[in-house]
Amino acid sequence: MLLIKCPYCGERPEIEFSYGGQAHLARPANPFELSDEDWAEYLYMRRNRKGIHAERWRHVHGCARFFNALRDTTSDQFLATYRVGEAPPNPGTGAPAASASP
Amino acid sequence: MRKFSALTLLREGFRGQQGWGAQWRSPKPKPEYEAVIIGGGGHGLGAAYYLAREHGLQRIAVLEKGWIGGGNTGRNTTIIRSNYLYDESAALYDHSLKLWEHLSQVLNYNVMFSQRGVLMLAHTVHDVQSFKRHVHANRCNGVDNEWLTAVEAKAFCPPLNIEPGMRYPVLGAALQRRGGTARHDAVAWGYARAADALGVDIIQNCEVTGILQDATGAVSGLATTRGQIATRKIGVCAAGHTSVIMNMVGVRLPLESYPLQALVSEPVKPVFPCVVMSNTIHAYISQSDKGELVIGAGTDAYTSYTQRGGLHVNTHTLEAICELFPQFRRLRMLRNWGGIVDVTPDRSPIIARTAVPGLYVNCGWGTGGFKATPGAAHLFAWTMARDEPHPINAPFTIERFRDGYLIDEAAAAAVAH
Repeated sequence: MLLIKCPYCGERPEIEFSYGGQAHLARPANPFELSDEDWAEYLYMRRNRKGIHAERWRHVHGCARFFNALRDTTSDQFLATYRVGEAPPNPGTGAPAASASP
Repeated sequence: MRKFSALTLLREGFRGQQGWGAQWRSPKPKPEYEAVIIGGGGHGLGAAYYLAREHGLQRIAVLEKGWIGGGNTGRNTTIIRSNYLYDESAALYDHSLKLWEHLSQVLNYNVMFSQRGVLMLAHTVHDVQSFKRHVHANRCNGVDNEWLTAVEAKAFCPPLNIEPGMRYPVLGAALQRRGGTARHDAVAWGYARAADALGVDIIQNCEVTGILQDATGAVSGLATTRGQIATRKIGVCAAGHTSVIMNMVGVRLPLESYPLQALVSEPVKPVFPCVVMSNTIHAYISQSDKGELVIGAGTDAYTSYTQRGGLHVNTHTLEAICELFPQFRRLRMLRNWGGIVDVTPDRSPIIARTAVPGLYVNCGWGTGGFKATPGAAHLFAWTMARDEPHPINAPFTIERFRDGYLIDEAAAAAVAH
């Protein structure tokens, strides 16, 4: 089980959280002007990255708040967690190597 | 190819089993092929076999970055069924089931296909209504499926606990008698042996690192860890790593890769006559011919490429198994493992051309690709050879996500299956 560091509550076991998929997908500003291709891109197409992945989590059995995380999908190691609205930290330099458990 | 029969078995028995040679070659990659399949699992090896046998292609290669059958083909719980709700899905999976019924004879290789019946348990009123709808829809499509009361389900599967006091009591079950299991390794090996006999080069330990395109954008070859290979047709059967391959040429897909775990118990005498599935409480169980109980768990919550997952996922499944089959409570578990499954938003696969000419993809099988192995391979070979889909896989395009023609088995099942 993963240990996940909620930016509001601290480290908690994975079962307190729900997963929210790829992060930083902005809802289209002008939905009525979107083509079918753009809708498909927004709704369905995903990077599915092998490597460092920015993703949403929700601490559903804690503070119930959404936050974002950088995780390496080849090791499941969390590189950083950060609040919604913040830019993803650079995992090479600034981010503290947060909780990790394979 | 040396034909296997009772006679060859007898002869080798008298010769101390010394005469069984390698069943396929290990050739070096040639500089050029008519078609290259990426991924040496059941789907990829099968596609190569049907390309050679049914479409007459002469020079075909299957590239596998590890060893054949070492991915999801060797990691699943081998359940085979075709009782899907929608017409498109029923046609696709039943096409596969019909090929399973003759596969051992066609390949001259015993894939140990056993039609022992797949029992899907209903635990809530919603389950009962949903499964009865499935039964009726299946029968309209010529797919066998029948509704059993809890007592009838127990008669079919005597170990089943139908006590009304359970947290999730068994209210009934849908039974597909033509469903069952097969030996997963034998499927990969049988296709490999038959494809090799038709001249297909099976190249293991060869990872694709790039896809080459000509000036028009069409496929012209591949870069691999064992050198460059020229080809005008590439078929991708890379399961959980499909996105990695398709990102090389910028083809966007609606896929996310999740770990799916399974485990087996210590081997015991024959105690379990069929396959039992419960989507509601996430338990999938059958007994292998070795005697191990083969148990499928759910997917982990997050995307990953690690081929492992959290132990709590297995624990959750074992709790459900112990409730349904109290006599298994003292069994010890022997091994657990994970595979990486590529999941689409509607839980239906993609077998289609892509926007890149000469590049084809067979992916999105999610948690249920093993049952489709012969059908997917057959239809994918057709699509690659003719550059157009077979009528059965015509609805399973990438464009359905743009056009809104989803085949929403996710909503039909209400959980991953």
